[in-house]
Amino acid sequence: MFDVNATRKDFPILSRTVNGKPLVYLDNGASSQKPQVVIDAVTKAYAEEYANVHRGLHFLSNLATEKYESVRGIVAKFLGARDEDEIVLNSGTTEGINMVAYGWAMENMSAGDEIVLSVMEHHANIVPWHFLRERCGVVLKWVDVDHHGNLDPQAVIDAIGPKTRLVAVTHMSNVLGTRVDVKAITKGAHAQGVPVLVDGSQGAVHAPVNVDDIGCDFYAITGHKLCGPSGSGAIFVKKERMAEMRPFIGGGDMIKEVHKDHVIYNDAPMKFEAGTPGIVQTIGFGVALDYLMTLGMDKIAAYEDQLTKEAAQKLGALNFLHLQGQPNDKGAIFSFTLDGAGHAHDISTILDKRGIAVRAGQHCAGPLMDHMGITASCRASFAFYNTSQEIDALVDALHLAHDLLG
Amino acid sequence: MASQAFEDIVDDFEFIDDWEDRYRYVIELGKAMDDMDDALKVEANKVHGCASQVWLHITKSDDQFSFIGDSDAMIVKGLIAVLQKLYNGLAISDARGVNALEELGRLGLNDHLSAQRSNGLRSMIERITASVA
Repeated sequence: MFDVNATRKDFPILSRTVNGKPLVYLDNGASSQKPQVVIDAVTKAYAEEYANVHRGLHFLSNLATEKYESVRGIVAKFLGARDEDEIVLNSGTTEGINMVAYGWAMENMSAGDEIVLSVMEHHANIVPWHFLRERCGVVLKWVDVDHHGNLDPQAVIDAIGPKTRLVAVTHMSNVLGTRVDVKAITKGAHAQGVPVLVDGSQGAVHAPVNVDDIGCDFYAITGHKLCGPSGSGAIFVKKERMAEMRPFIGGGDMIKEVHKDHVIYNDAPMKFEAGTPGIVQTIGFGVALDYLMTLGMDKIAAYEDQLTKEAAQKLGALNFLHLQGQPNDKGAIFSFTLDGAGHAHDISTILDKRGIAVRAGQHCAGPLMDHMGITASCRASFAFYNTSQEIDALVDALHLAHDLLG
Repeated sequence: MASQAFEDIVDDFEFIDDWEDRYRYVIELGKAMDDMDDALKVEANKVHGCASQVWLHITKSDDQFSFIGDSDAMIVKGLIAVLQKLYNGLAISDARGVNALEELGRLGLNDHLSAQRSNGLRSMIERITASVA
């Protein structure tokens, strides 16, 4: 049984107040809070274990390198990857997808080739493909969601044509909470010889992930959404794809030899990690993933499902609230607007005065907002450390917002 | 030196301790403001640096300074109304002498004066001060 009150004690920030009220942190979709073990690991790394990695032969460099490199195995375990050499450590999903765009897609695509993506992608899984559209004439093929916010896997598969070279799709919408059947999509895409990239920024936060089971070629995650430090992350790249991929950023650490007329790159995955990495962030990221695995991602998922059902019921009962997206398989993310003239920023300003942190705006999902015909919404995104009482605090504050703005 | 209309708000605020009622008051000021003609909602009148949409249309005639404005966010629209009270009807030379940040600070609307760029109050004030400089 998951004990939320005990778990909350692991997060020092959750006991603070904001505007004189207990903090109700519902902006987990943007970034999660950090448990004490991660904060301690970061402090310890700087206080006792710090030097550059993969370089010196001295004691501290070896120690930092060992700590840093151990994270590759932790990520592999977290994602269910068979081989830790299929894990590239980076600063997060944005870097991961850009690496695939420049290092893999640009190498393997030419003008007229297509990338299939859904309208509910985050800008991090859109803009890198627009770069390829601008630079190489690659065509973006969009798949709509239905009016409940469901993405039909078959619609994605049906969008694949003879010129499609990649499917890039989210595991979970950061706006609607829609969980996408990426396994079915991968099966259908692979049947037509098309690789699949999954944006796991949200998906990996709320439920166990197994890339071996999904079968996808790329799976990108972000450390700061997984209780780790900002500037940490990783991407799983299947061996075969890694062999097809060229380094995207050049510099130290990713080379074996550099001469005036040629360079010899390091072995994968090292050749995709140029320059001094986020050493301490990555060490903290490893501790965060260990923390999550100790809690149990299955237990987290079960608890969050319960929280999601309760929030859906309580928010759904507010007749002045418009919830965006009621997909069949929904994670703990709720986007909404209010009746009347209240703007999302008005709502979030009022909630903030009650100590409640939500996000307001476009949520880095322009095409989805266009699809839904709205310019901005508020988003309450839950984590495993949120409680039933916090749902009540949100509902209460929404009544106030409606009263003030209605 | 702020206008009398603004001093009236300051007086009212002295009797409102509760932030909810202050917000209610500011929102009501926004609602009571004259509508801005959509024809004036053009790029030249748009104030950038705001997360919501904001327009200010400034007029200066016979040495009198005034502006009208609008926003799709109600709290921001209320803040525009407060700025109107602060500035409208002043002679341009008097408008130049207004320290808007300090005056708004007297209303305890400090959240909106902080470094937070997104609400755009600073951008609005910059637009006004630039026009009377």
